Amino acid sequence: MTGSVSKKITWLKMYACAYMIFLYAPIALLPLFAFNSSTIIAFPLKGLTLQWFIDLWETDALHGAVRNTLLVAVLTSVISTFLGAFAARAGARYGFPFKKGIMGFILSPLVLPEIIIAVSLLVMLMRLGWELSLWTVVLGHVLICMPFSIAVLSTAFVGLNSSLEEASLDLGETRIGTFRRVTFPLILPGVISSLLITFTLSLDEFIIAFFLTGTDVTLPVYIWSQLRFPSKLPSIMALGTILLIVTVVLLLLAEIFRRKASKKQGLNSSTTKGLF
Amino acid sequence: MKKIGLMILTNENKQGLLLVSPTFIYCLLLLAAPLFLVITFSFWTQNYLDIDKTITLNNYWEAWSKPIYQVLMLRSLKISLIVTLATVVSAFPIAYFVSFHVKRRKALWIFLITVPFWTSYLLRVFLWKVILGYNGVINSSLLKFGLIEQPITAILYNINAVIITLAHAWAPFAILPIFVALEKIDRTLLEAAEDLGDGPFRRFWRVTFPLAIPGILAATLIVFIPTVGDFVTPKMVGGKDGLMISNMIQIQFGKANNGPLGSAIAVSSMLIVGVISALIFLGSKYLSGSSKK
Repeated sequence: MTGSVSKKITWLKMYACAYMIFLYAPIALLPLFAFNSSTIIAFPLKGLTLQWFIDLWETDALHGAVRNTLLVAVLTSVISTFLGAFAARAGARYGFPFKKGIMGFILSPLVLPEIIIAVSLLVMLMRLGWELSLWTVVLGHVLICMPFSIAVLSTAFVGLNSSLEEASLDLGETRIGTFRRVTFPLILPGVISSLLITFTLSLDEFIIAFFLTGTDVTLPVYIWSQLRFPSKLPSIMALGTILLIVTVVLLLLAEIFRRKASKKQGLNSSTTKGLF
Repeated sequence: MKKIGLMILTNENKQGLLLVSPTFIYCLLLLAAPLFLVITFSFWTQNYLDIDKTITLNNYWEAWSKPIYQVLMLRSLKISLIVTLATVVSAFPIAYFVSFHVKRRKALWIFLITVPFWTSYLLRVFLWKVILGYNGVINSSLLKFGLIEQPITAILYNINAVIITLAHAWAPFAILPIFVALEKIDRTLLEAAEDLGDGPFRRFWRVTFPLAIPGILAATLIVFIPTVGDFVTPKMVGGKDGLMISNMIQIQFGKANNGPLGSAIAVSSMLIVGVISALIFLGSKYLSGSSKK
């Protein structure tokens, strides 16, 4: 019987490896074509070149799009982490009427099709007569990023030991002082992780940006417009490679901070367990 | 005594509500209000540049009776259901593998599974075009090894391409809920089943699988609902026969300049998706209920 079990494990392992190849196949092609000297995105590969990266450096429209995207992503990450923190704290610490309904409603953009969110915001902005701009993109991005902030920050708040805050209040600190000197340092890794994750999400978001952007386009909208021109494709591959590296670095940082957060709190809970 | 208890409760309630209110108000203003407005909008009529606010069901009549919308809606549902089935079925073994057979590096595996999701969606879809195309990765390598004589054309610019691409895009969303459900399973239950004489196969179907149903349900809904609303993948790899209802919504709000009709199509598709999701939900409740007996 042990023989059949180990056989099953190897089958599973082979499946897992095949699945990972399936998951990574498209991304793995990005750097291949980014450094490939052929102007056509197809195999066989030709020679090695840095031409496409140089092209990027010389495209002014792209630089504008990068600036716009950075602005949107920074604003989105700060606002959604800020608003997410309120909801995560309320959800983790307090009971209140309609809690399930309210929290479910705030988290609902996670399952709502993005086109529905985009279209409904577009209709409202049109009725209000607002001009579409980078700010309207931020409004939409915050909506879809907040659930991710709440997920990350909830773990930080749930792990937070409330007796530490109570001790600080008992020792005469004000509420603001307690937050600044006790609560905030403890949840800081979670906050940084949330900022990084929402930044990454906003950086690559296309559907909402596509509907809500005005004359200033974000990077994904710019990429969408360029995908129609075959001659632009190699430099888009180079751009994609840079984006890929940026994304992976941001995610690694977010993961490190997330682990730090749980470690910090794991330590706290174990020390209190030892005390009581 | 009871009164004091109630007072403390309301105090806590107040604090909780106060704390959640900024986020809640944001969502009310920018999610609930717009959704409500879209529903209202769908009963109005577009007259070239201005909007006639007389309430009418004409948009719904058009959305439900015109063959083109019927075809697109049915096709979207069909594609989404196939994608959901393919994604969840292919995701289950990997979630099972990480949960039961990876001992030390679980977090690393989960991290690796989620990384592709965070990279640019547009570029991933585009690269599937490169993989599946006439001169694509699959065709050129199959030709090279002499496994085929003509490039396969059945894998780009049709429904198959849409299904492969969407199944890839939503994989992490299927794996994570199933993984969480599997992680929650009390391992002693499996030992108990084994001690009571169940082989690996029976043990899986009688213990592991029923306990994983909540995760499978979450995975199903989290993949099914958003895939109906995707318009990038059908547009890029779907060709003419792979277009979905969201492409029509996008056209109505863009080129066709008929927002009210677009709204009616959007509301209709959400209604249909909602009903199907409810059916799936009830079905799985029935399934897990009957397996408990």
